[in-house]
Amino acid sequence: MRLSINGKPHDLDVEPEMPLLWVIRDVVNLTGTKFSCGVAACGACTVLIDGQPVRTCVTPVGSVSETAEITTIEGLASGDELTPVQAAWVEHQAPQCGFCQSGQILAATALLSQTPEPTDEEIDAAMTNICRCGSYPRIRKAIHAAARAQAETLRAAAGEGASNDER
Amino acid sequence: MTNVENEATQQTEAGGERPKRKGPSRRLLILGGLAAGGGIAIGAALSPFSRLNEQRAMVGRPGESVLLSSLRIAPDDSITVIYPHADMGTGVGTALAQILADELDADWDNVRIERAPGETAFANGALGQAYVRGDTEIPAPLAGLSWLVTRRLAETMNLQITGGSTAIAMTGMEGMRHAGASARYMLTRAAAKSWGVPVEEVDIKGGRIIHASGKSAGFGEFAEAGLEYDPPARLPFKSKSAYTQIGKSRPRFDIPAKVNGEAIYSGDVRLPGMVFAAIRLSPVPGGVLESVDAAPASGRRGVVKVATLPNAVAVFADNFWRAREAVRALDPVWSPGENAQLSSAETIKSMEAAVRSSGLKKDHARGGAARTIEEAGEGAIERVYTVPYLAHAAMETVGCVAWMHDGELEIWGAFQDALVAKYQAAKTAGIPSDRVKVHHTEMGGAFGRRGYTIDFLDHAVRLAQQTDAPVNLIYTREEDMTQDYYRNASVARMRAVLGEDGRPQALSHHYAERHDPKDASRFPYDVSGLDVRFANGNSAAPWGAWRSVDHSIHGFFIECFIDELAHEAGQDPYIYRRALLEHNPRMLAVLDAAAEMSGWSSFSGADGSALGIAIKESFGTVVCEVAEVRISDTGAVSVPNVWVAADPGLVVNPDGFIQQMESGVVYGLTAALYGEIEFENGQVVQQNFWDYPMVRMADCPNIEVKVLESGARTGGAGEPGTPPIAAAVANGVFALTGKRIRQLPLSPPGAQLGA
Ligand code: FES
Ligand code: FES
Repeated sequence: MRLSINGKPHDLDVEPEMPLLWVIRDVVNLTGTKFSCGVAACGACTVLIDGQPVRTCVTPVGSVSETAEITTIEGLASGDELTPVQAAWVEHQAPQCGFCQSGQILAATALLSQTPEPTDEEIDAAMTNICRCGSYPRIRKAIHAAARAQAETLRAAAGEGASNDER
Repeated sequence: MTNVENEATQQTEAGGERPKRKGPSRRLLILGGLAAGGGIAIGAALSPFSRLNEQRAMVGRPGESVLLSSLRIAPDDSITVIYPHADMGTGVGTALAQILADELDADWDNVRIERAPGETAFANGALGQAYVRGDTEIPAPLAGLSWLVTRRLAETMNLQITGGSTAIAMTGMEGMRHAGASARYMLTRAAAKSWGVPVEEVDIKGGRIIHASGKSAGFGEFAEAGLEYDPPARLPFKSKSAYTQIGKSRPRFDIPAKVNGEAIYSGDVRLPGMVFAAIRLSPVPGGVLESVDAAPASGRRGVVKVATLPNAVAVFADNFWRAREAVRALDPVWSPGENAQLSSAETIKSMEAAVRSSGLKKDHARGGAARTIEEAGEGAIERVYTVPYLAHAAMETVGCVAWMHDGELEIWGAFQDALVAKYQAAKTAGIPSDRVKVHHTEMGGAFGRRGYTIDFLDHAVRLAQQTDAPVNLIYTREEDMTQDYYRNASVARMRAVLGEDGRPQALSHHYAERHDPKDASRFPYDVSGLDVRFANGNSAAPWGAWRSVDHSIHGFFIECFIDELAHEAGQDPYIYRRALLEHNPRMLAVLDAAAEMSGWSSFSGADGSALGIAIKESFGTVVCEVAEVRISDTGAVSVPNVWVAADPGLVVNPDGFIQQMESGVVYGLTAALYGEIEFENGQVVQQNFWDYPMVRMADCPNIEVKVLESGARTGGAGEPGTPPIAAAVANGVFALTGKRIRQLPLSPPGAQLGA
């Protein structure tokens, strides 16, 4: 079978029931996606499939469409340029041990793509990943900050677009 | 046995013959805490420089100078601070670098950090250097840890302890400051000589070596020349008012790699030919494997081998999922051994009986409290509190990589003490420790689990002995949770007699299971008679240090009971505590700060909430927490706000410290609300996060932290946030409902509230 991960195609010869997590980690060797509970209870293994957050420890690889675009933590930044969510994570010093953070960042990325300026309640509902280090208060702040940064980028882009139109 | 011990012996017998280091600092090291407790006094002469050649070989880089065991300087003036600790997620490396950089007046933009190798040469950075300075006592929290008591100090000197929240206090405020001052000594002398000026006229400012004439140079220029100078054991340190790095919230060095997937944990290690191992250990602690039929696993795709250990069966495969599925397919026959009947319910019953028995051991006592309480009979206030077993449940399950090849053993993993890991691995493998190399990986949390309870390392080594391939052993969540070393359950019988004024005259605290630190049961309030006793030996479950260790237990017992006494005395619990802490201005200031932050005095509670307060000093840091508590219609407790006031004496990285307070609160709150490990028929009942639940974003409070700096000896950050929270919440529940919580956890929601 064939999967597209972070824009790269991968030809795979694996059991269809193998969870996507292990394909990503042990076959493709992208180790930023973490294993913690294995039962969809913690979110450490979250990746984006066509922009939707998915807990890959319980997602058989055979159930993933060959045309789907899979984004892992390694696929967010382009070079050294962090996404607004990653930058906000650094700015607010969210990670402690860091083990849950790939999943947190991807869950937040998905949230902001659907709800650009989430309320605290929307953050509570969307961010169900476990962090044993207790980084939740900083994650909350970082999400609000990333939302603001994204909105500014959009406004700036809109502004540029407008001036381009005028020209 | 070890070099250190030899040195120690030499030192004790011959008294200081190393030529350049004579003087008062080379005296016998007597540990205040230990000498008082067990009469142990051990001599050791450790120079941070004595192993410099060895250290240089290990952390040297072409063209760079290893000035000290903790400092490498490159020609471009960048300096690398090498720190002998594990980073458990607390950012300790950054804080340690701040301390060194401050004393040296380095330019922060030029500072990097590096984890010291897990090699003996890098042991004792803190203890050794602090000792050499000669004016240092080992702080009480460190001295109180059992591994210091039970292992000889000589051996301890060979550790890279991370635990007991001591990294900043010891390695930092002693070792790193000394290293910074030493580097300053060396660089200024080298520059003075080259410039032909008196050293008194040379200084370091803002990362430059400068002379009064205006001449200046970077560190790189004189690093090599600085090696000629051997700094004395005692060097003057900067005064607090001159600090430029200490007290600044510097971003943590480790964070960028934790937002882009680059940070490597042991499960992420990839080596040529490596196999992944999934393990099943005897479900009953101490049990052994009788037999297992390998057939259901062997034919499976990717499976390389079915391996057995005396107490486990494991499968090696080319990826972890295949290994895990295969090991699950097996049907091992276990012989459970003597713990077959182990039951936490029975254990707690036996603790309840024990704390009422007469044969308790003395913790500390004064003022004839036992008699006062006996005589008061029914007039004494008596309460019994119970806390359950707890698992660590770090997000990263335990495991590590082991590879036996060419008579050597290489380990990749995260250990709170890399040297203990090295010695233990050597012992398990039956090879000398100089044939073992430990490569550090990031640590996905530990909270005590990866300190001295690193059985997973033994398993990895024994599995690696059965193959030529590197073995990446990963525990499933279920194995991690059921094969932990648990925070013990405990029961306390608390009794007190109050005087006319409502103040306690005598207090007795009888509890089950005493571990570390020994001051955890200290009653901080003013009371003339105290009778603190304990019963050990009721708990057969595997024990391990759990964030803040015994403080997590006594924080609940003492702070719930004092709250009850306030109520009995008809006083506000904050005001009552206040009156009983007048002799302790440090605690009083922290108590007042937390109360003020929370608006305690004007809090109306009109909207169905109430406040609870608790204070605990642990690891040299005083922390007071006020929790706002609400109860839903279904009886579930929620905690929308927590106000934390904390005094660590001095704070190195305020934001890092605040982060640790937040972390400690959330960790303790999870335990208070949900945490309970039970044993039935010798086996742990809880398996995964669905039955050992965690606080998540939606139930995480807003946490506001205020840092006070009393100037007391620098305390810890990683642990002290945890002990007060359970009592603060329980006291808040009482304030709201009139129902006392005397047993943790508070869940299942409403269970004890009769809602
Ligand atoms: S590992 Fe997939 S949700 Fe926990
Ligand atoms: S940062 Fe450690 S588990 Fe979240």
